[in-house]
Amino acid sequence: MNPAYSVILFTTASGAGYGLLALLAVFAAAGVLPASTWLGFVGIGLGVALVAVGLLSSTFHLGRPERAWRAFTQWRSSWLAREGVAAVATFVPIAVFGIGWVFLNDTSGAFAWAAAATAVMAFVTVCCTAMIYASLKTIRQWNNALTLPAYLVLGLATGALLLVLVSALFGVYRPAFATLAATLLVVGLALKIAYWRHIDTEQPRSTLGTATGLGRFGEVRLLEMPHTEENFIMREMGYAVARKHARRLRVVAGLALFVLPLILLALALWSGPASVLPLGALATLSAGLGVAVERWLFFAEATHLSMIYYGRTG
Amino acid sequence: MTSLPTVTGDKRLGLVIDLDTCVGCHACATNCKEWNTSGHSAPLTDVNAYQAEQRGVWFNRVFTYEVGGQGPAARTVHFPKNCLHCEKPDCVTVCPTGASYKRAEDGIVLIDHDKCIGCALCSWACPYGAREMDEHQGVMKKCTLCIDKIYNTNLPEEDRTPACVATCPSKARHFGDFADPESNVSQLVRERGGFDLMPETGYRPTSKYLPPRTGNGAASAPRKLEPAPDLANAGKFLRWVDRVLSR
Ligand code: SF4
Ligand code: SF4
Repeated sequence: MNPAYSVILFTTASGAGYGLLALLAVFAAAGVLPASTWLGFVGIGLGVALVAVGLLSSTFHLGRPERAWRAFTQWRSSWLAREGVAAVATFVPIAVFGIGWVFLNDTSGAFAWAAAATAVMAFVTVCCTAMIYASLKTIRQWNNALTLPAYLVLGLATGALLLVLVSALFGVYRPAFATLAATLLVVGLALKIAYWRHIDTEQPRSTLGTATGLGRFGEVRLLEMPHTEENFIMREMGYAVARKHARRLRVVAGLALFVLPLILLALALWSGPASVLPLGALATLSAGLGVAVERWLFFAEATHLSMIYYGRTG
Repeated sequence: MTSLPTVTGDKRLGLVIDLDTCVGCHACATNCKEWNTSGHSAPLTDVNAYQAEQRGVWFNRVFTYEVGGQGPAARTVHFPKNCLHCEKPDCVTVCPTGASYKRAEDGIVLIDHDKCIGCALCSWACPYGAREMDEHQGVMKKCTLCIDKIYNTNLPEEDRTPACVATCPSKARHFGDFADPESNVSQLVRERGGFDLMPETGYRPTSKYLPPRTGNGAASAPRKLEPAPDLANAGKFLRWVDRVLSR
């Protein structure tokens, strides 16, 4: 599948934003984070900005962005519509919880409930995003049980790194935040390794034989294309990354998204609060890059059934 | 409404494509483009139509495959492909706007171009590659089974058939109602063993394909040529002719 940059930016930025918002909400409601104005302003502001950038960029790849409001109507059947509804609905508890924190310095009582709703809705929205991909039967690299947990854990892990950074900035950092981020990164790494192993070993069910129904006569081979130039289907679904490059990029993603941030977090945990800010910033930067590469691969390694007709093998 | 219709109407319209008789002339694709660039889905935009890197919307594309290995045993099969108007199409349910829909009355899968936001998700959900984006209009387009032709009462009765079916010179395409067990298409599927493309996807295409007929194999083995007659046994005259001609 063609890795559209707007969609990569959307899923990585909004994933991290929702992760940060959910964690801020949970820790604020639990009284772990103080209800101080600037912490709330910067933390929630950063989360909302990431989500908003993501949502805006996702409209860039639409043919008719001015009609985007229509995408909220079909939530009964469409995960894309559900995601839109959930994303917009999430802003309501965020607003209540944010007003309580930033303007009234209160994250208890009703505002704690709003915080809980924020966390739940952030979770629901990321689930909807993941399900857009996981529900497509045409792409086996997406249509599996690992897509949804990977989206959730990577969103939370990048959000946790941002939490380390923001809390260090305002002197309310706790080692538990770094431990949480590290734990999520380890889980994320395990999920991605399982995912890559799965897509490498799974036997595709469809072949040119089943696609044309001619398999019963023997081996089927594409002799002539229907046209001489690339059509929409080939440009959109036909993007393929060479196996060699995919291997290398998996290593890059693994190092930047998991290994390097884990080392930096370990250093931060070991060396004490003073070094958390620079180390956390580096870890966040590295993970941000890594998650973009991971998302790019998620698209580039995805093979679409329709390309079988165009002679794709394997 | 992008939920699939819960009631099924009286008709299930679709095509039967005969892979035995298709000669790969591309007339169906051409006539489809001709009709549909000015009807319900107009225009079927072309970009760079007369230069390199042409891009454009086509509803129907004709592939050519070689089956049964290479060499004398292989056969060439021409393979036209357009939307199969599936019974369980995810291209409809994934649509966030309600632009993509399946009609209850005849099962035709259509796009409302006034509602489509061009998100392309429906094309991702189609296993058959039957939906193409019109990059000028920013909306998705697909085969309508010539909805503006088959119900067009301004046309004589015999012309109310999809453009691809009307034009096919080898009668490889048939249009009809699969809900009626005695219709032309139902009979063809029964008699010739019509099949679904990629049945494993579970989309349950309405349109069917007929397999190429298998011959008796006589054509597949190379025929040995008769050796030239031995001149030693030929008459005097023939030997003289041979000598003259060989000079
Ligand atoms: S062939 Fe593709 S576009 Fe047509 S109904 Fe089936 S899934 Fe939808
Ligand atoms: S491209 Fe149009 S028809 Fe297709 S899913 Fe998006 S809005 Fe629906």
